[in-house]
Amino acid sequence: MSVSTDPSVGEPSTTATAPDRPSERTPRRRAAGPSRHRSGLINLASIALGIALWWGLAAAGLQLPTPPEVAAQAWTLAGTGQLADSVLASLGRVLSGFVLGTAAAIPVGFLMGWYAPVRSIIEPWIQFFRTIPPLAIIPLAIVLLGIGEAPKVFVIFLAAFLTCVISTFQGVVSVDRTLINAARVLGTKDPAIFARVIVPASTPFILVGMRVGLGSSWATLVAAELIAAPTGLGYLMQNAQLYYDLPTIFVGIISIGLLGLFMDRLLLLAERRLTGWEERR
Amino acid sequence: MTTTAPTTTTAKISVREVTKEFDLGKESFTALDRVSLDIADNEFVTVVGPSGCGKSTLMNILAGLEEPTDGEARVDDVVVTGPGPERGVIFQQYALFPWLTVRKNVEFGLRTAKVPKAERRERADHFIELVGLTQFADALPKMLSGGMRQRCAIARAYAVDPSILLMDEPFGALDALTRVNLQDQLQETWRQDQRTVMFITHDVDEAVYLANRVVVMAARPGRVYDVVDIDVPYPRTEEFRLSPEFADLRNRVWSSVYHQQGRTVADRDGA
Ligand SMILES: Nc1ncnc2c1ncn2[C@@H]1O[C@H](COP(=O)(O)OP(=O)(O)O)[C@@H](O)[C@H]1O
Ligand SMILES: [Mg+2]
Repeated sequence: MSVSTDPSVGEPSTTATAPDRPSERTPRRRAAGPSRHRSGLINLASIALGIALWWGLAAAGLQLPTPPEVAAQAWTLAGTGQLADSVLASLGRVLSGFVLGTAAAIPVGFLMGWYAPVRSIIEPWIQFFRTIPPLAIIPLAIVLLGIGEAPKVFVIFLAAFLTCVISTFQGVVSVDRTLINAARVLGTKDPAIFARVIVPASTPFILVGMRVGLGSSWATLVAAELIAAPTGLGYLMQNAQLYYDLPTIFVGIISIGLLGLFMDRLLLLAERRLTGWEERR
Repeated sequence: MTTTAPTTTTAKISVREVTKEFDLGKESFTALDRVSLDIADNEFVTVVGPSGCGKSTLMNILAGLEEPTDGEARVDDVVVTGPGPERGVIFQQYALFPWLTVRKNVEFGLRTAKVPKAERRERADHFIELVGLTQFADALPKMLSGGMRQRCAIARAYAVDPSILLMDEPFGALDALTRVNLQDQLQETWRQDQRTVMFITHDVDEAVYLANRVVVMAARPGRVYDVVDIDVPYPRTEEFRLSPEFADLRNRVWSSVYHQQGRTVADRDGA
């Protein structure tokens, strides 16, 4: 179970069909060879082509700012500090909501997986709230929590919590029974089995849940800022829309994409480190 | 049943009229039907039978992972109510903790027993060496072949020094050559430290080669069908494997496993 498939990750070096003796060599890793370089080059070429296409369309008279215009606008916004302020405001909200959401989701997910009654109590609520797009909670949150930071952080919290709680729960219930039995026959009792088997065995699920949760938090946040916020990337774009300021809107869109990508890569890196023991096929 | 020795307290493992029924909603399924079996201290007993005859169920009951519906299992004359470190278990699917290195896997039970760190490591390294994995002590299970994984699982079981080994088709997923190697290693360690072993297999050759006694089970309902004594001295080697004596015993067990008529030993003896 893993969403990442990196061709450079070492695969099990031996198979069960090979005689035991000859297979006892130090496992080798498949080299990150030229094919990896080539696909990187193709990635870059594709990006360049996309920008060229955009430029071509803008030059052809479509109502689009050209790449240099957008770059110049980014430079200006960075110079006035507006870009940094917006980015920090958005990141602050998304991170506080996300951290609170996952911090609540992990224990709740474990409890649901471990104790059937807890699961029966919580599951209908989670299933219900999961069908509501977090944005649809915004009007309620604003009425109840005011127009400050609270409603936005709350919505992010909800988005992160719902994805993460489900994947944590799934991680716990899909722990291989024989691993639990293996620990039991070695004399291990329930609390220790929880800490030493259930928690590590469900880490891959939790991390996938966190990645999906972060993605949906980020998407939800920017949308929330478009509706009601005095700061942030969403606000920057909303404001630019009033003045028909297309370059600023482009700067906003590109920043949102790059930051989202960056955060996702960061979690992917953590995932690789923490779940390197998994057998990837 | 004829397999039931007179009730004494000398048996290391004693299974008395054990019945196990699984609840399948409306009906129930009888996986074990009044199974009785005694295993003496230091004895090596293999259990063979068609798949679904309740071999794993019997082992899980002895391991304390499942409760019998009726009857009881005793170890050292104490009724089994749960798992215990005096009964080491080896599963067919190795059941190594994939996030732990070979050494940490072997140390797992010692940590549970709160053995101090230095001693823990020393003992783990000893058993890792015994199974020939020293070079791989710091490797994760995913880097190991099937045979190496099973050897790691065996070292993990040995580390807590159980007086009984319960093995459920431990070599079933391995290729023939690896299997023979591991059989010889197991026989060797067993001859040295004289544990009591219950070894489940569906491989008749393996059953005959290793055992003091082969227990043949039958399915639907799961029961003891036949018991074959293998009165051949240890160490057993390739010589035994190729001998006419081995062929005879093997044929005897084979026909018992594959030509079951839905009768028990008692029925047949009475006929
Ligand atoms: N938890 C369970 N619930 C229902 N049926 C089971 C369960 N465990 C085993 N069985 C049934 O009991 C029978 C014996 O199973 P098992 O002991 O695994 O057989 P063996 O190991 O000899 O192949 C099988 O028919 C199996 O389907
Ligand atoms: Mg079985």
